[in-house]
Amino acid sequence: MTRFIAWTVFLFGCLFFVLPLLGLTEFSLSMRREGYTFDAYRVVLADPQFRATFLYSVMAAVMTIIMGVLIVVPTAYWVRLKMPWLRPVVEFITLLPLVIPAIVIVFGYIRLYNTSSVLPLMGSTAGTTVLLICGFTVLALPYMYRAVDTGMRTIDIKTLTEAAQSLGAGWFTILFRIILPNVLVAVLSGSFLTFAIVIGEFVFPALLNLPAFGPYMQIVGANKAYEPMALAVIAFTITWACMGLIQLVTRFQKHTQVKR
Amino acid sequence: MRWLGVVPFFLFVSLFLLFPTLYIVVGAFRTPEGSFTLANIASLNTPGIINAYLLSIRVSFFSAILGCLIGFGMAAAITFGGLPRVLRTPLMTFSGVASNFAGVPLAFAFIATLGPVGLVTVWLRTEFGINLRSWGFNLLSTQGLIATYLFFQIPLMILIITPALEGLKREWKEAASILGANAFQYWTMVALPILFPSLLGTLALLFANAFGAVATAIALTGSTLNLAPILLFAQIRGDVLGNPHLGYALAFGMIVITGIANAIYIILRTRSERWIK
Repeated sequence: MTRFIAWTVFLFGCLFFVLPLLGLTEFSLSMRREGYTFDAYRVVLADPQFRATFLYSVMAAVMTIIMGVLIVVPTAYWVRLKMPWLRPVVEFITLLPLVIPAIVIVFGYIRLYNTSSVLPLMGSTAGTTVLLICGFTVLALPYMYRAVDTGMRTIDIKTLTEAAQSLGAGWFTILFRIILPNVLVAVLSGSFLTFAIVIGEFVFPALLNLPAFGPYMQIVGANKAYEPMALAVIAFTITWACMGLIQLVTRFQKHTQVKR
Repeated sequence: MRWLGVVPFFLFVSLFLLFPTLYIVVGAFRTPEGSFTLANIASLNTPGIINAYLLSIRVSFFSAILGCLIGFGMAAAITFGGLPRVLRTPLMTFSGVASNFAGVPLAFAFIATLGPVGLVTVWLRTEFGINLRSWGFNLLSTQGLIATYLFFQIPLMILIITPALEGLKREWKEAASILGANAFQYWTMVALPILFPSLLGTLALLFANAFGAVATAIALTGSTLNLAPILLFAQIRGDVLGNPHLGYALAFGMIVITGIANAIYIILRTRSERWIK
């Protein structure tokens, strides 16, 4: 009896998850009346706007990951090694982007960095793009920090640092040739998650008026029928691929770890 | 010189997280001339803005409650419903993906499925003669939005509650049954009281999660639904309220609501960790 109820609940839930994906895929293939074709994808992929916005978002995502790693890895390392009493503070700050709605943060940017402010980042497209990357880094901070911090828990930072120092390594060498390779799997997991979150992000680029993939999808969605479905399938595939890569690198780590 | 190592981090979060947020919060309590006032907060008390908050709270609350119930059901089904263990990993992986699949594409997926010409809508009409619209379901409404939000709420619940369910020790169940408790008594008097902080905490988290979501709502309904984040979006774009400082107050109200929800989550999580280690 319990098993019957369990199966019913489980299958019902799965149906709820599968149907929207099925509907989405079916719709994206139905552009022609004759039958299923990839025409919607062909139209989308041929659209120069698609290529431009998609490349822009990929570029922004990669820059976000680099920036996130450069900020999070040294901080997590230093806090664990030298200032453990500061950990709760840093942890709290990194969780704030989950508490403060993204739309409020970008609202602050627009007021603080507009053309008439002290730091007029929004005066040029390049400056606004920098602002967007900083905003994305803030959005990714909770995930990146948690991934890296958990990764550092499993290695003995103190011994590694002392060993490296006694062999004459400087801080730069320690960070990028000792610590980073040791937490690489955690960094990669955080990076793929960041990529998945950032690639289709809507609110930041829409309010900063930047030509990113998220706002492009929304505009296509408001004007076309089949093309947005193809875009959504592409976006979902990217999310799926990122999660797959996380699984892959985590499995890879298990093989390289020494059995105790 | 030890603090030099954390300067980049604090500089970054100050510039791009703390100051921008503070600017909004301070702005909510200032007149355009710069002196302190509570007038902005008081001006939130207009029917348009109150309704936007209420609608947002309602959508977030119902999607959180339903997400909790269904997510709990599915998590319970895989942890002690006697389902094969091989189902566990795929479900957890999928939950990880789906809880991050919010935003514009999610809205499209639901339009393609439950929209006026969506897969399920058409199938129900042609095969069974059921017209969802005449049954009162409309995707581009509050219920439609709640159904759409469930797609990321349920997986988030599964991700958070499964470890808690696994933390229920078998000894507790055995001890209860030795003392003569039946399954119902075990659940109501042992398991649920232990799980209660986790459940309530996750409910608060799901609430905050839905409350801040903008992209899905805009892509699904345009700006026809008067939700607090959509109103703020329109205000940032074009000052629809006709008073920039009222916009700050609106944003401040959103921080307060998500802040309270998250505080509840954090407090209850520390309580629940006492039992489940």
